[in-house]
Amino acid sequence: MSQTNENTQPDYHVVHIHRDDFGSKMGLWLFLFTEILLFGGLFILYAAYRFIYPDGFAAAASELDVLLGAVNTVILLTSSLTVVLGIVALQKNNKKLSLFFLWVTVICGLLFLVNKYFEWGAKFHHGIYPKGPALQEMSEGETMYFGLYYVMTGLHALHIVVGLIFIGVVMWQIKKDVLTSTNFQRMENAGLYWHLVDIIWIFLFPLLYLIH
Amino acid sequence: MSSNNNSEHNDQHGEGHIAEVHHPSYGVNVLVWIGLLSLTSITVAVAGINLGSLALTVALLIALVKSMFVVNFFMHVKFDNKIIKLFIGVCMIIFIVVLILTFFDLTFRY
Repeated sequence: MSQTNENTQPDYHVVHIHRDDFGSKMGLWLFLFTEILLFGGLFILYAAYRFIYPDGFAAAASELDVLLGAVNTVILLTSSLTVVLGIVALQKNNKKLSLFFLWVTVICGLLFLVNKYFEWGAKFHHGIYPKGPALQEMSEGETMYFGLYYVMTGLHALHIVVGLIFIGVVMWQIKKDVLTSTNFQRMENAGLYWHLVDIIWIFLFPLLYLIH
Repeated sequence: MSSNNNSEHNDQHGEGHIAEVHHPSYGVNVLVWIGLLSLTSITVAVAGINLGSLALTVALLIALVKSMFVVNFFMHVKFDNKIIKLFIGVCMIIFIVVLILTFFDLTFRY
């Protein structure tokens, strides 16, 4: 294949761009699978402890604000939609609209984090934190629940931050015309990552907030 | 790979596969989003009803349907190369096997 570089025949249809969009996408998907197994491990841990302490989990989950969780679900679903719309807009060569949609995504992501801040803040205020007064009086099951709650939502929030940085880089590159209507794979990759974070939340919400 | 968007000149020279889109559209994605929002409200509403042991199954089923929508439409897997579907399948099988093995341990120990 390397001989083709010295091809003397003038053939101006051949484009020697060193770019492999499919490979790029595949690479991101492989990375997503490691993410699925990372969160998968935590979900299995959750399943096991919920199996052992069904009552403790139900009691602890009632401390959570279902409305706040539902609002955050709507926010994340909307942000996923706007990423997709941003990609469609870029593919239709509408740079301004694409950037607008991505701004909406970023704002949604930040809103999600603000809600999380207030949610965690309220828990801390009630003494539910490692070695916190309220947590130490709780049953073993409730303690396990809150341990998993903090680790899972914390790791998820960290992924939101990483996703926002990824989208920020993509926005910059769209602005600078690095990413265009014919070269958008990196933006799709940012979208894929963001959607995975959304999917994880789709499972976290009923499992953490909606236990009775 | 063998998807229809790499024309002959790409194959001849063994270069990378450059993505092309055929009909990008806003409408479908908005519909999927509306579907996702409705499913979210159904999950919340159903959680209020006392379904007993069924509650977890129903909640997980709805979450599964939601993620299928996200994967197929937002992540475009429905229109993508089949190899990605295969990968997702393998990944899910690994997850389910480990889950089942964990529960073998749990049920025999407690």
